[in-house]
Amino acid sequence: MNKATIAYIVSAATLIVAVWLGVSIGTVKIPISTFWDSSDTTASNILWKIRMPRVILAGLVGASLAIAGAAFQGLLKNPLADPYTLGVSSGASVGAVVTLFFGLSIPILGTYTLPIFSMIGAALTMFLVIGFAKLVDRSMKMETIILTGIIFGSFLGSVLSLMIALTGEELRQIIGWLLGSVSMRGWNYILMVLPFVVIGSFILWLNRRELNAMLFGEERAHHLGVNVKRRKFMILIGGSILTGSAVAVSGTIGFVGLVVPHMTRLMWGSDHRHLLTLSFMNGASLLIICDLIARTIISPTELPVGVITAFIGAPVFAYIFYRQRRKGAM
Amino acid sequence: MLKVDNLSGGYGKEPIVKNISFTVNKGEVLGILGPNGSGKSTLLKIISGILQKLEGTVLIDGQDAAVYSQKQFARKVAVLPQLHAHAFSHTVKDTVALGRYPHQSGIFSSWSDEDERAVTEALEYTGVTRYKDKPIELLSGGEQQRVFVAQALAQEAPILLLDEPTNHLDIAHQQQLLDTIRKHSGEKGVTVISVFHDINLASLYCDRLLLMEKGQVATIGDPKDVIQEATIGTVYNARVKTQPHPELPKPQMTLLPDTMEERKPFTVNKQHFAISADHVSFKVEQPLKTISSAVTNPGMGWFRAFVNRHVDANYNCDDVKAEMAQYLEQRGYHLTDTVGMMTAVTTEHAEIGEYEGDFGTVLIMVTAGVGNAVDVSQAVTREQRVGTINTWVIVNGHLPDEAFIQAMITATEAKTKALHTENIKDPLTGTIATGTSTDSLLIAATQEGEHLPYAGPITPLGKLIGHGVYDCTIRAIQAYKKAKGWTS
Repeated sequence: MNKATIAYIVSAATLIVAVWLGVSIGTVKIPISTFWDSSDTTASNILWKIRMPRVILAGLVGASLAIAGAAFQGLLKNPLADPYTLGVSSGASVGAVVTLFFGLSIPILGTYTLPIFSMIGAALTMFLVIGFAKLVDRSMKMETIILTGIIFGSFLGSVLSLMIALTGEELRQIIGWLLGSVSMRGWNYILMVLPFVVIGSFILWLNRRELNAMLFGEERAHHLGVNVKRRKFMILIGGSILTGSAVAVSGTIGFVGLVVPHMTRLMWGSDHRHLLTLSFMNGASLLIICDLIARTIISPTELPVGVITAFIGAPVFAYIFYRQRRKGAM
Repeated sequence: MLKVDNLSGGYGKEPIVKNISFTVNKGEVLGILGPNGSGKSTLLKIISGILQKLEGTVLIDGQDAAVYSQKQFARKVAVLPQLHAHAFSHTVKDTVALGRYPHQSGIFSSWSDEDERAVTEALEYTGVTRYKDKPIELLSGGEQQRVFVAQALAQEAPILLLDEPTNHLDIAHQQQLLDTIRKHSGEKGVTVISVFHDINLASLYCDRLLLMEKGQVATIGDPKDVIQEATIGTVYNARVKTQPHPELPKPQMTLLPDTMEERKPFTVNKQHFAISADHVSFKVEQPLKTISSAVTNPGMGWFRAFVNRHVDANYNCDDVKAEMAQYLEQRGYHLTDTVGMMTAVTTEHAEIGEYEGDFGTVLIMVTAGVGNAVDVSQAVTREQRVGTINTWVIVNGHLPDEAFIQAMITATEAKTKALHTENIKDPLTGTIATGTSTDSLLIAATQEGEHLPYAGPITPLGKLIGHGVYDCTIRAIQAYKKAKGWTS
């Protein structure tokens, strides 16, 4: 059995365990038998109406952010890049809040109005950040990109605060949403993001070999026969779709896209043919577990899941930064 | 195979390279040379499609390269970049496997046996098979560059472009890498175009060279036509001297540093000779340019000590060079700085003379053992027997290479004349001898003071050499005769 097969088995097993823990633990403990035995209606309702959609949504959001992070990192050759550090999540939030603020609903888009505006916000921010970073420093050093992401993130954050202040009471709930949460969303939210998760992930997966080539730089990828311009565009769009849809349903949850690809790479290598899929699976597991911690650690009060991911993610960010800098110094 | 026609282009609107035209044939290795900023890397980037061309065409197999898709182009042309650092780790095999990208198609991976064979072959060819599962960043710079060569070879393109491939590599890795590429080109008929920083490396490994100056072609042609002192000197704005490679028919160049002018003028004279019981020596502070047929350090070079050692007539040794080296070292001579000769003649019979001309002086030293004199015209059937006339000619003056050779001729003629005058006969044939069987000659010059372009018999220098060598040889033969009791 080769390394990749083991990686898939381990990741799948982790995901199953995470889902099981996610649905069974809580103020009411759900026995595993509830899956097939619906005689206990209370337990069955909690499982299928509350816990399951929450776990699935957490999984989809985590998977989206992780695979997007892995792709951004490969494309930018920057281990610190993820939707959050690049400011793309903030862009998506602005898109989402604008939709809520103006009560926008485009008839053809229907319920998809929110995620689509979120994606547009994400994509615009992505292109602006990369364009600006390139303007500052043609070689696009790691720090330049992250600093640009912070600048744009802060600016977009203040735009958000302004809009919230203007709306008064009714959008106060948005603040909670901004901190990131997957609670009380229900099945309709899953249906809202699922197509985008599938499309975005598929676009990235189509570019797995190109991402491998781009790890050696755009020029090298070009020499190897990659149509760099088109592939880069595809990857940025794919990442924006994933980020936009994730933010639309759960707000800004930081660092998942940073921690998961990093851990996955550390354990199974940086070959994108496997890295993307494995990050997708592990991202789902991580966010399900983080959400479980968020709602149980100071029960009955719930923490926003973004607090937990930041709690884990920021130190990992610091560690990666340290490692890369040391490597550069040698 | 590859034809560049009137190509112009660069980074912005203003072209960096202008009106470049050349053709490279199948299996040929073309080197692109030029000073920094002359546009050699830019030219390569335009050919490989990284930079936009403003004008002109690049034809591959007679077809405009612009019509190829990126993948089609990569199947025709592989590029080996300069060594780079990278952020994420890849194994060696995965890195090389990326070279197969242009050969793959379809949504799902389509890794074929053909791909596997190409990768295995490339790993073998570049000698990195044993590292194949290692992360690339754990390899040394030289090994990493070999991995990228393997990647380019796995691409199996008929044209290979290289941009200063040996940058940051030590000489062993430079040689290894270029040997590999040259061999590959020869075996597979791959056409190679490579940018070089090092003129000498380019000369060694390329069939033809293209020299660029300010974005245009200065010259293109055979290395020996391109690497000319005047051309290189003007294009690079540097003082250089060219010379043939010692082993190959390829030109090499060296810099003439400004420190040459810091050399203090000096002259040598008779006082620099010293005679001890077992050797005659000549020692100077500054090295002299020397050509000799000595035992230690023969050929051409720069030396500061010259030794003519007396050995017993029955001296016999398996490894004369090693024994001589040991002898010199024991007496405090620095081996890389010393020319050493041997003779059976005792040191007291060494004849030294100083001859003065308008330009300066010439010093001559001769030891003559004529017991085994030979008439060179009768020597065809002769077995080797030892006999020695050692002649040193040391000139205060600046000689070009041809003057060294003329000095050798003049000195030899003078020696032969002296043997004639002294009526030295070849004991076997009874005819007048022209020398002995193992004569040695040394010409050394300070390379200071007056330029002495010639040393033929009627030139100022040749006159002194002819007279001096004749004079000293006569005296040395007479001394020898006396010592042997040939005369009363």
